[in-house]
Amino acid sequence: MENFAIHIHESYLYGLPLSVVNLIVMFGAAFVVLLGFVAPFAGLLSFIERRIAARIQCRIGPNRVGPQGLLQFLADGVKSLFKEDLIPKVADKPLFIIAPYLVFLGMFTSFVVLPFSSQWIVADLNVGILYLFATAAITVVGLVMAGWGSGSKWSMLGGMRSAAQIISYEIPTGLAALTAILLAGSLSLQEIIAAQGPHPWQWYFFDNPFTFIAFFILFVALVAEGNRAPFDLPEAETELVSGYNTEYSGMRFLFFFFAEWAHLYVLGAILTTLFLGGWQVPESLLASVGAESIAARILELVFFQLKIYVLVFLVVQLRWTVPRVRMDQMMDMCWKYLVPIGFFCVAGVAIWMMLFPDGVSFVKYLLIAFSSAMVLYYFYKVYRNFKDSRAELELNPFV
Amino acid sequence: MNFNNQVSRIKEKFADLEIKSEESQAGDPYVWVPANKITEVLTFLRDDEELAFDCLSNLTGVDAPPDDLDVVYHMFSYNKQHSLTLKVRVSKSKPDVASVEKLYPTANWQEREAYDLIGVNFTGHSDLRRIMLPDDWVGHPLRKDYQEEEEYRGIDTTRPNLLEM
Amino acid sequence: MGIQTEEMMLNMGPQHPSTHGVIRFVVKSDGEVMTEAVPDVGYLHRSIEKIGEICEYNGFMPYTDRADYLSAMNANQGYAMVVEKLLGLEIPERAEYLRVIAAELNRIISHILSLGAVAMDIGAATPFVLALKEREKVNDLMEALCGQRLTYSYVRIGGVSYDMPPGFIERSLKFLADFEPFMDEFENLVPENKIFIERTAGVGVITREDAIAYNLVGPNLRASGVDWDLRRDMTYSVYPKLQFEVPVGVGSQGVVGDSFDRFIVRIKEIKQSISLLKQCFAQIPEGDFLGEIPRVMKPAVGECYVRTESSRGDMGYYLISDGSKNAFRVRIRTGSFTSMSIIEKISRGMMLADLVTFIASLDVVAPEIDR
Repeated sequence: MENFAIHIHESYLYGLPLSVVNLIVMFGAAFVVLLGFVAPFAGLLSFIERRIAARIQCRIGPNRVGPQGLLQFLADGVKSLFKEDLIPKVADKPLFIIAPYLVFLGMFTSFVVLPFSSQWIVADLNVGILYLFATAAITVVGLVMAGWGSGSKWSMLGGMRSAAQIISYEIPTGLAALTAILLAGSLSLQEIIAAQGPHPWQWYFFDNPFTFIAFFILFVALVAEGNRAPFDLPEAETELVSGYNTEYSGMRFLFFFFAEWAHLYVLGAILTTLFLGGWQVPESLLASVGAESIAARILELVFFQLKIYVLVFLVVQLRWTVPRVRMDQMMDMCWKYLVPIGFFCVAGVAIWMMLFPDGVSFVKYLLIAFSSAMVLYYFYKVYRNFKDSRAELELNPFV
Repeated sequence: MNFNNQVSRIKEKFADLEIKSEESQAGDPYVWVPANKITEVLTFLRDDEELAFDCLSNLTGVDAPPDDLDVVYHMFSYNKQHSLTLKVRVSKSKPDVASVEKLYPTANWQEREAYDLIGVNFTGHSDLRRIMLPDDWVGHPLRKDYQEEEEYRGIDTTRPNLLEM
Repeated sequence: MGIQTEEMMLNMGPQHPSTHGVIRFVVKSDGEVMTEAVPDVGYLHRSIEKIGEICEYNGFMPYTDRADYLSAMNANQGYAMVVEKLLGLEIPERAEYLRVIAAELNRIISHILSLGAVAMDIGAATPFVLALKEREKVNDLMEALCGQRLTYSYVRIGGVSYDMPPGFIERSLKFLADFEPFMDEFENLVPENKIFIERTAGVGVITREDAIAYNLVGPNLRASGVDWDLRRDMTYSVYPKLQFEVPVGVGSQGVVGDSFDRFIVRIKEIKQSISLLKQCFAQIPEGDFLGEIPRVMKPAVGECYVRTESSRGDMGYYLISDGSKNAFRVRIRTGSFTSMSIIEKISRGMMLADLVTFIASLDVVAPEIDR
């Protein structure tokens, strides 16, 4: 990056001081990442979510723009750009304007530390996991600002709800992540992945019963932090009209959704990194394409993405299947169940590590068998639903 | 209990009152009750073991031209499965009827509607406001002599004949 | 010294996603918990009762559709019955059967929409879409029957406007055979969901005494444990010839009369309607669909109050005739109006999210409140 900045400085912008050029290059890079990376991810996820939701609801979903409606998100984005940008008279203007960008910033910056493969990472921070949680907290500020700045009571209720919800759920998130950190002995995401292996019995998910539970705590807590159903209380459309984004329109409105879908991806990435072995690819497969080649990196990326999209699918399915919980029930769940169990898991992992420094293979295989049974049961249920369903429900993904 | 038994039961209790039953040419019979006694009669109807009217099915006002208003009570009993219609007549110049909201909570809204559309003044009602129409509406539309205002807050209520335009 | 706090006044409606039409609630809330919610109705008042005094008897029929557009057949039937009673008309048996078929199909339409709306208001979008999909099929049947999909005006004074089209019975039976498993699926999908139970059980409990005192009717009344159905207990039309059960709330997940009970009662009523329809299709006799009716309807002087079991319960028509071509007074007593009046009492101290559940579970329909 610095070489690139110097190159730019020498070739094109020699009239400016180097620090300014550095800044320009950094913003340029961020712009490229935003346009070329995060936006398509968020957009594609929006397409995926809409198609899955449509299939769950016996609809077709977007299928007109581009092949199979794949470019629908571009059309929506362009449409939003051309929409009138309404700012209510009573709104607190500066807050109202900044809020969506802050929300998006929180999600966007977390992409910096996501390990896409063993070498493809923007910055392998030695406090990567802390950085992830810290940037997620910026989102709360944005949501509260949006709620307050709109000058609408519904928005304010939504903002307050999101503040209460996200801050509460940071605690179980941190506790659950702590189990993986304890096992790896590092806060760096790359090192956490490197400490695991490509095979399921090497993942932290199956390392011991406590990490097994911690995975589910982290899953629930991250879904709650992302304001996704069944925890979408801040924007509960039937209660608070639309919550914190009630007064927004056009591109600003879209930014909230960008953030939501980006979070969906980050959620999958965090879970994959901490518990599912990240980008790890089996040695033999890696050797067959050459361990140092670009193909190996792509293979790692594909493995990472696959794991993420399985989780994303689960979250999307969850959203379109269950109703919304109530505020007090959600708080109860966090403080009365997730937090104590989280503490229990952290203590459990610590004791486990003391007792069995090398792990217990028997427990690992038992957990794998149990999970496999659960997955099989899930498929059996889905199969039965398809079998019992009437003709029009048959799955045909390409309509 | 059929209509005649019901009426005689009420007349036993309120012997001194001018309670008269009336059979219409078609449809249901009904009972006239003096306006100042409606609360007592309804209390009796509700509490009496043989009548046991626990439900006020319908309460409404009817214009009785030229200068009277009727309030109609359709009573019903879930226990005994019988019903009875009561009517009260008041004059338009002083349309006061005691509210039965205390006896039957459902009367709260039904009386508000009767007040709004017919203009019966229910004395003792806890919250006698207009319910269907805006608070600043003039007149009671379901009266036969109701004259529509020319405009409401600057909005014309009439529209020109399309053929003459 | 504590921090000074004050209640927040929230204006819920007339445009709010969960008020099902244009109803307004003035909510005073202390954060998430409300201190009171005062309903403000009248935004959809179209003075249907005044129109009834201006129209001739036949001409008022389409307006009864608009009184309750989700259950127009039942509203039609009630009005036809009250006029027939004043005129002393006998109507052919086939017409009675056709009316009941139409009314029960309409009950399915209305209830399935209500069930979907409850799930929607609790935050589950999918059941609503599934419910609407089935509703469309019933709408198709209705279209075959009378050419309309929402406001039918199918019932006429003295009978019905058209006979069944050829093949209607087969088509309906085919639909019902498909619809019955759907209801089982729906019952599996929604009321057995843990979050759904948590959100509805014990929420908005209406006791038996309150239900009668506030004159709740129909499924809401039955959910509170009152075993009462006009079709069975003050029977009319051909209902005495049909076998059906009256579902009553039992408080299977919480307290009798909670939102969950109201939901379950509606599901069970749909199943009863399916059985009623099958019986009707098996029994329906040949004959006229429209009886002998006078060219000019001039009922004798008198008055009549007729109650029918509409989708939202007891729908009462009070008609006064002064012997002329027009009614002297038409009064429509609807279930939603009285359901609405209980909200202020029950909603004290509820959470904001529960108010939404409660309103949805009462199945209030704005035009029916305001008329």
